[in-house]
Amino acid sequence: MEKNEKIIELVNLTRQYEDGVVAVDNVNLYVRKGEFITFLGPSGCGKTTTLRMIAGFDKPTSGKILLNGKDISELPPNKRPINTVFQRYALFPHMNVFDNIAFGLKMKRLKVTYEDENGKQFDKIEKLKKWEIAEKVEKALKMVDLEGFEKRSISTLSGGQQQRVAIARAIINEPQILLLDEPLGALDLKMRKDMQLELKALHDNIGITFIYVTHDQEEALTMSDTIVVMKDGVIQQIGTPTDIYNEPKNSFVADFIGESNIFSGTMTGDKKVRFIGHTFDCVDDFPKNEKVDVVVRPEDVFLMDEDKGQVKGVITSSIFKGVHYEMVMTVGKTEVVIQNTVERKVGEKVSIYIRPDDIHIMEKEFSSNKYDGYITKKNTVCFADGEFDCDVTQLYPGSFVDEEGYLITPDGDKIDLTDVDVSVEVGLKDIEISDDADAGGAVGNIVSMIYKGDHYQLIVRTDENEEDFVFDTEDTWNENDRVSVIIPKEKIKLTLKKEIKR
Amino acid sequence: MIKKILSWLFLALILCFMYVPILVLIVYSFTDSTIIGNWNGFSFNLYVKLFTEERISKMLFNTVSLAIIAAFLSTVLGTLGAIGLYYSKGKFGKCIKGASSISVINAEIVTAISLALVFSLIAFGKTYFSLIIGHMVLCTPFVVLSVTPKLKQMDSSMYEAALDLGASPAKALFKVVLPEILPGIFSGFMLAITLSLDDYIVTAFTKPVTFDTISTYVYNAVKNQAKSELPALRALSAIIFVIMIIVVVVMNIRANKKTEEIR
Amino acid sequence: MTSSCKTVKREEFKNDDFRPAKISFSRKYLSVPYGLFLILFVVLPFLLILYYAFTSKTGNFSFENFVDFFSNPTSVSTLFISFIIAIITTGLCILIGYPVAYILSKMKAKKGFILLLLFIMPMWINFVLRAMAMKEVMTLLGIFAKSDAYNFINTVIGMVYDFLPFMILPLYSILIKQDKSLIEASYDLGATKAQTFRKVVLPLSLPGIVSGSTMVFLPSMSAYVISDTFGNGKITIIGKLIEEQFGTGANWNAGSAIAIILLIIMFACTFLCGGFNEESNARGTNI
Repeated sequence: MEKNEKIIELVNLTRQYEDGVVAVDNVNLYVRKGEFITFLGPSGCGKTTTLRMIAGFDKPTSGKILLNGKDISELPPNKRPINTVFQRYALFPHMNVFDNIAFGLKMKRLKVTYEDENGKQFDKIEKLKKWEIAEKVEKALKMVDLEGFEKRSISTLSGGQQQRVAIARAIINEPQILLLDEPLGALDLKMRKDMQLELKALHDNIGITFIYVTHDQEEALTMSDTIVVMKDGVIQQIGTPTDIYNEPKNSFVADFIGESNIFSGTMTGDKKVRFIGHTFDCVDDFPKNEKVDVVVRPEDVFLMDEDKGQVKGVITSSIFKGVHYEMVMTVGKTEVVIQNTVERKVGEKVSIYIRPDDIHIMEKEFSSNKYDGYITKKNTVCFADGEFDCDVTQLYPGSFVDEEGYLITPDGDKIDLTDVDVSVEVGLKDIEISDDADAGGAVGNIVSMIYKGDHYQLIVRTDENEEDFVFDTEDTWNENDRVSVIIPKEKIKLTLKKEIKR
Repeated sequence: MIKKILSWLFLALILCFMYVPILVLIVYSFTDSTIIGNWNGFSFNLYVKLFTEERISKMLFNTVSLAIIAAFLSTVLGTLGAIGLYYSKGKFGKCIKGASSISVINAEIVTAISLALVFSLIAFGKTYFSLIIGHMVLCTPFVVLSVTPKLKQMDSSMYEAALDLGASPAKALFKVVLPEILPGIFSGFMLAITLSLDDYIVTAFTKPVTFDTISTYVYNAVKNQAKSELPALRALSAIIFVIMIIVVVVMNIRANKKTEEIR
Repeated sequence: MTSSCKTVKREEFKNDDFRPAKISFSRKYLSVPYGLFLILFVVLPFLLILYYAFTSKTGNFSFENFVDFFSNPTSVSTLFISFIIAIITTGLCILIGYPVAYILSKMKAKKGFILLLLFIMPMWINFVLRAMAMKEVMTLLGIFAKSDAYNFINTVIGMVYDFLPFMILPLYSILIKQDKSLIEASYDLGATKAQTFRKVVLPLSLPGIVSGSTMVFLPSMSAYVISDTFGNGKITIIGKLIEEQFGTGANWNAGSAIAIILLIIMFACTFLCGGFNEESNARGTNI
């Protein structure tokens, strides 16, 4: 079937800027003929750079762009059968609507073969005839609902009208691919919704492949056949809108598409996962004791009376959002966002129920332990049910601690750090454990030991708040050993949660 | 209210300061007298002289043709330079920008003597060519300065859009970039003409001996106490002033029309 | 001829050749002619001056031109007088030009612009002619007395007369761009009109004052046509000194040395003023 033909293929596409930043990192992707594909991601994720490389405005550092199987990565933009609708339209202000739309046609050359009386054939390169251009422009204007606007100057058009001219200007050249770089970004909400539908209809009508770039997840879900979610120049997930919404591959995608609760949990058995203090049944299969991210959509959390659900909590906020109420239930220190059409008042004690197939479990990209902590009077730091020596001068570069225990900044300010909230980060290789319960800052039991080829990954869980220390070690230990956790002073990374008043 | 009156009074006072000499020039252009202050009765003699006396018309022609040629060449060179500089990010561009700004802040006298040195020592001597080069050195950096902001204001995707629609780089430059920065080019050209018409020092140091512009002629005439043709220049000032007024009025009317169109 | 021809086929002329063009046209090469021009007629001449300034008449390397200049009381006092004239001229131009620009910028945009044109229009009449006329008017009014003190004052008046537009333009263009809501914010926060002017309007217009001052101060040290006209031949400024060395004096080495001194002063001033500001440059401003 023709529809399944690959029209464009990106092979190991990489773009590194002169300053070393890698905007697009080894992207592999193909687009089918006639597809409406959307690159979605936050600003700086490389989606626009990818688009610019397809258009020819930017050249890849390495990798190939194949159009119908031919490498076009070195081809200048004016020789590519690809047209672009620009973010701020880039209409030529010194030309009227007609001349803007006709621009591409006027650049076009035809090879005309003639035959003279003697039957000899010869070729001539010609421009398009004036009436041909006029006819096509009229048709294009009709397609975007702007009949009769030929003579208007660009500056007299509204944002939406300019948008339509930009689209007409691109599609009149009958490109094989139409690139759209956040084309609706400058329009107001209502106009944007209308244009979304119109663009979709246009795509269905003319059958050109659309490659669309946006940071608006709703826009992507509404219009696309396929969504490519990008982050830091890397593709996170490719799939249909339904796939992406219902089965996000990782917590980033889940967070970016729609609203979601993301909890960190641990697999406690076969299709059982423990988070927010309860062990839930789930449908995903992961090894026991694996640390995972658990994603639950707010609309999938059922609210019940206090004793009926799986987890109890208190409603701490409730906001009316039009169709539903958005409520926050607090369980211990964790917040669960819930959407429901029935309101529960703030302070009400409730419980929640989550169905197994609404619990989406994904592998955790685990690179370090992160905790919330605070600084004590002795300039040590308390976190994860323990107290550790630390270097508080890292909070202000160039500072030092005086004899009385105050921190002196390079500007000469004197700061009392007692009870200041900090974020604590400890690497996986920076934790040691000891049998001696007094040797370290915190005490707990080894709850898991996973062999990772050349080392073990251990999890030590404290008693009080069930805080976990995850770390790599080459030594062998036994599960359920009671140990104390030792972290060298210089390995504890501290950052201030908020600026301290001086 | 008092504040408003005071500020109008202040503006009027300063305008007086600036326009009284010009008005005096105009009034005394209608009398045939060698010195201002000496009214010899109304006459158009000075205007007749302005257009009949060969020395004056030659000098006028010299001044205007020099200004137009130098301004034209400066505009071409400066516009290309500005476009090139805008798109070059490397050391090469920085060096040119540096050299360009040197000639802007440099004192005219230093520019003048340095050019005089080059032309008398290395090549050509003082000819019409050296004069034109002198005026180009004076004007081109200002053309660059007035074109560059327009390039910066231009939506950078405009050029890309033209390429995207199939235009070759050269075509994109001519059909899209150039029309976009046209106002900057035009004001650069006007600026160049003004600078060239007004210049004395560079002209004096690079001109051939027999060549005179209004500036050098007037200055030398006053210096040598040979004022015979000076009064006719009052008539010239009057004519320039009238042209100026017309230009301002036309601009005003055009601006009015434009605002109406937008509405 | 063509009319008798029959069209057989019309198809898009596609550059099927997907190879990249061999010679890629780059926009940055457009500045090459300008670069060459600058090297030939700005950099090279500058090097020549440098060479002359540091050689004696016989062509040997020496500092004697500079030593001569600073050991000669006349030339040192010329330098001093040029400096004083330039400072007073700049100060007066700010004192007159700032209120003018301020009042114009407060008016309705079109009215202000037309008035601004009135202030800069005199620049289009040849300045030597204008200077002569000003002198004659002053003679007429009897201000043009012929004592030495008056020569100095007259020169300053002449300079202000000639350079005032160069101060008004950059000031106007920076004041008109000032965000009105900043001023409203200042009132909103309880500042009086005077406080608002001192703490908000003035600091924000500083770049305009700087570039205006550069455009007035530097030329007024070398514009000897004005000092000649108004100073009655009694006021010599540094520009005149250079001219004499290249004209009647015919000592190119000494002249070049003075030019270098003038250049150093100019670069020092530009540097002190926080660099050359091309955005709000007076003559570069688009009218």
